[in-house]
Amino acid sequence: MVENRPLATFFAHLVLILGAVIVTFPILFTLLASTYEGSDVASGRVTLWPGTMGLENYWLALTSGARYTAQNPAAHMLLNSAIMAVTIAVGKIFISLLSAFAVVYFRFPGRMLCFWVIFLTLMLPVEVRILPTYKVISDLGMLDSYAGLTVPLIASATATLLFRQFFMTVPPELAEAAKIDGAGPLKFFWDILMPLSVTNIAALFVILFIYGWNQYLWPLLITTSGGMDTVVIGMKKMIGGDDTQTDWGVVMATTILAMLPPIVIIVVMQRWFVKGLVEQEK
Amino acid sequence: MTPASSAQAPFQNKLLPLLLLLPQLLITVVFFYWPSVQAVQQSLYIEDPFGLNSEFAGLANFTELFRNSSYVDAFLRSLFFSAAVSGLSLGLSLLFAVCADRVVRGATGYKTLLLLPYAIAPALAGVTWMFVVHPSIGILGRALVAMGVEWNYLLNGNQAMALVIFAAAWKQISYNFIFFLAGLQSIPHSLMEAAAIDGAGPGKRFRDIVFPLLSPTAFFLLVVNIVYAFFETFGVIHAVTSGGPAKATEILVYKVYSDGVVGLDIGGSAAQSVILMLIVIVLTVVQFRFVERKVHY
Amino acid sequence: MRSFIAALSLGCAVSVSAFAAPVEIQWWHAMTGANNDRVNQLVDGFNASQSDYKVVATFKSNDYTELMNQTIAAYRAGNAPHITQVFEVGTATMMAAKGAVKPVYELMAEAGEKFDPNVYLPAIKAYYSTAQGKMLSMPFNSSTPIFYYNKDAFAKAGLDPEKAPKTWPEVIDAAKKVRASGHACGLTTAWVTWTQMETFSAWHNISFGTKANGFGGFDTEFKFNNPTIVKHFETLNEMQKDGSFKYGGRTTQPEGLFLSGECAMIMTSSGFLGNAIKNAKFNFATGMLPYYPDVAGAPQNSIIGGATLWVMGGKKAQEYKGVAKFFTYLSQLDVQIVNHQQTGYLPVTIAAYQETKRSGFYDRNPGRETPILQLQNKTPTENSFGVRFGNLPKIRDLIMDEVEAAFAGKISVKQAMDNAVAKGNEELRRFERTVAKN
Repeated sequence: MVENRPLATFFAHLVLILGAVIVTFPILFTLLASTYEGSDVASGRVTLWPGTMGLENYWLALTSGARYTAQNPAAHMLLNSAIMAVTIAVGKIFISLLSAFAVVYFRFPGRMLCFWVIFLTLMLPVEVRILPTYKVISDLGMLDSYAGLTVPLIASATATLLFRQFFMTVPPELAEAAKIDGAGPLKFFWDILMPLSVTNIAALFVILFIYGWNQYLWPLLITTSGGMDTVVIGMKKMIGGDDTQTDWGVVMATTILAMLPPIVIIVVMQRWFVKGLVEQEK
Repeated sequence: MTPASSAQAPFQNKLLPLLLLLPQLLITVVFFYWPSVQAVQQSLYIEDPFGLNSEFAGLANFTELFRNSSYVDAFLRSLFFSAAVSGLSLGLSLLFAVCADRVVRGATGYKTLLLLPYAIAPALAGVTWMFVVHPSIGILGRALVAMGVEWNYLLNGNQAMALVIFAAAWKQISYNFIFFLAGLQSIPHSLMEAAAIDGAGPGKRFRDIVFPLLSPTAFFLLVVNIVYAFFETFGVIHAVTSGGPAKATEILVYKVYSDGVVGLDIGGSAAQSVILMLIVIVLTVVQFRFVERKVHY
Repeated sequence: MRSFIAALSLGCAVSVSAFAAPVEIQWWHAMTGANNDRVNQLVDGFNASQSDYKVVATFKSNDYTELMNQTIAAYRAGNAPHITQVFEVGTATMMAAKGAVKPVYELMAEAGEKFDPNVYLPAIKAYYSTAQGKMLSMPFNSSTPIFYYNKDAFAKAGLDPEKAPKTWPEVIDAAKKVRASGHACGLTTAWVTWTQMETFSAWHNISFGTKANGFGGFDTEFKFNNPTIVKHFETLNEMQKDGSFKYGGRTTQPEGLFLSGECAMIMTSSGFLGNAIKNAKFNFATGMLPYYPDVAGAPQNSIIGGATLWVMGGKKAQEYKGVAKFFTYLSQLDVQIVNHQQTGYLPVTIAAYQETKRSGFYDRNPGRETPILQLQNKTPTENSFGVRFGNLPKIRDLIMDEVEAAFAGKISVKQAMDNAVAKGNEELRRFERTVAKN
């Protein structure tokens, strides 16, 4: 800052501490609740001091799932979530790189049309056309499959837009030089463009991984057999349905397990992630 | 707008680019355009849940929506909800960003903590907040009740609305914070120093320099936040209030789901989908013009 | 693409039929916990008892509404299961879907299996039969709302913990006394529409809707904005003010208020008993639902909840044979007895009930007989067969929207009930319109 004002700095710290508390409190409370027995949680007996059931809850959650609802071990659901998140992230990045390359580096008939066909979908979340899309998936026989979970969510223009913008900042001389050297377009793409895009790819991977991991409405509709549940859905399903009770301790443990991978990724890859987000807005 | 500046595009193949575009075009057509066409088609019919018979209804599904106060209410509610979520989230994150821009010690720690909500699924965000404020389970909720506050979001629509707004805004703080901080840090230091030498205090500096320079970022974030609040908050609402009490938290995207999936009103739900698509397309165009403008600076 | 796969699998089926692989029967259900274990036992038992058919049970969702919607979506997509579990409020929607479902009486007759609807408890038989007494679905897990109270809280409030309040005035008095003794809340209720409106109407022998609560045709209209229900909800609303009644949510959420000891009384499903035994940290007991003694004919009989098994249409005759065989297996007395004693649901056949009673099970497990006594209290009238309305899951939501608005003090109870009737009727007309041609 420009001038040194200790009072202002002190207030800034105060606000940030308050902010950090607001931001982390529900997470901490869930963490605390996950160390109590279900009935203690349900009766509001959770205090700011951890309970004694932590290990047991996590063990139960990982190996067998909540005792009173479908026996679905979180370990398996975490694997489903991981498959979904990685497939979506890799798939989006892959098709976006190709189409951005085509749009930026080529002139061909129908280019404008292709461009608009893709970008009209930019902000249209799957939630908006959820039922018709469901029908399409079922017509294709993709219900209850990893393909049904992931492929439709790969159809989005955000990553394409980002790569397009990035490619446009690459000096055109590079492509000209490659042409003079006799390199074909694919060679140029692979040898020159890809290495330049590594940062963007990594950043996007973080964002898209989290996007895929946190999907809710889509998997809720598309997968109906227990073995296909992602961990976010599994957690929701553990919260009592009709005539069942909720094993809150295990639910809380599952919630924490469901949060962990994206949190770890964010914390570890913080720099990439921030860069990637801000890049999008260039 | 143009797909690319004319300086690029040195390659002259005709077939290769189409092959490169094929995967994305294919997925887009199959999972975006085809369902959209189906939605438009379904919105013109009245159909029983099992699809055993359907009759052409023209625009009856649409007129029914606007005749029905619950749709108009949900529409207005969505506007209020997204304004509140955007306002709260943008306000808080701007405050945090200004403070984080100021402090040196512990800045990384604060930043990391403020990033956490981004990692958390909306449904989980909803459930965790519900846990904190639930009148008989949550630690805060119980404290409120013990203090004699009439706190019961299961019955009080305004409290339920406040809760989902807060949980949804909380989730979005990280995203906004990152952008605001990046925006603040890109303001040239010399500019601020010059203003300070001219005797402008922090408030005046913020008004005259920071605010104008941040406004493109703020505008971009506003669009993103509105879209987020409109569509991506389904998980929060589904997990916390299921649209209740007495429809107090039923926003458009939730209504599409509940009318279609729970109410089995295929035509009515499809009509709502069509309207939502139009809204998104308008927002996309707004965003695009803006994104394009940003590209050329 | 699908036809190609179908052709492929047909080819496979032809080639392996020499080995006579068992015909597969898909069964979707919503049973969790101990009930899920029981489903798996049933399937294993049947599959072990013969080699022609193999039932595959799939847990789809813990929420009946979701399960029903998944079934419908699957049917539209042409891959519905053979058997699906549908909760009682979905009955009218399923019944109206002619061609999409296969009535059980027809299925059993065609397969040559013995099937007598009269072996089922009258209340259950009435609910799932046509006006001509033909069973449409297979009774599986039935429950009914009953009354639970916290004995410790009663003792502390100076009430007799061994005596469940019988009438509403007694319940209200107990709630006020419990509240006065320092307890946080007197009474709560789960499943408000099911316990306080649908069952309440049957229990007081008043009409919930015309045409015998929808049993007589699709052109039915709601009548629950009658003075008795309005007065009842006004009473509950009044009780909220001093905390002797607390609204805790639409479905099972209020059960948490009872279990945590916050509310001393609750009305909810008989299926909640196992949960209460396991988790309540206080002594409690059950009783029949309370009634208003000034309403003529009360108490009548309560109505059932829970679910039945529906058979989906459009399957092969040979597969239907397997489904029929499986239903015959389910109908065996010893299977029925275990179903009842192990899951907490009601016995669905008269024989299973009598056998369980004879064995002294109810003496050892107090409370388990309450729901049956309540269901069998009197011969059902046209007000107490049950409720059968199209789109009822959605209508229940509509009703709750209005009830919540009234409880929140936004509108009067009378206004809420009038609105709910008007909106519910609109929904009934929409349903009538879509099924008119079936």
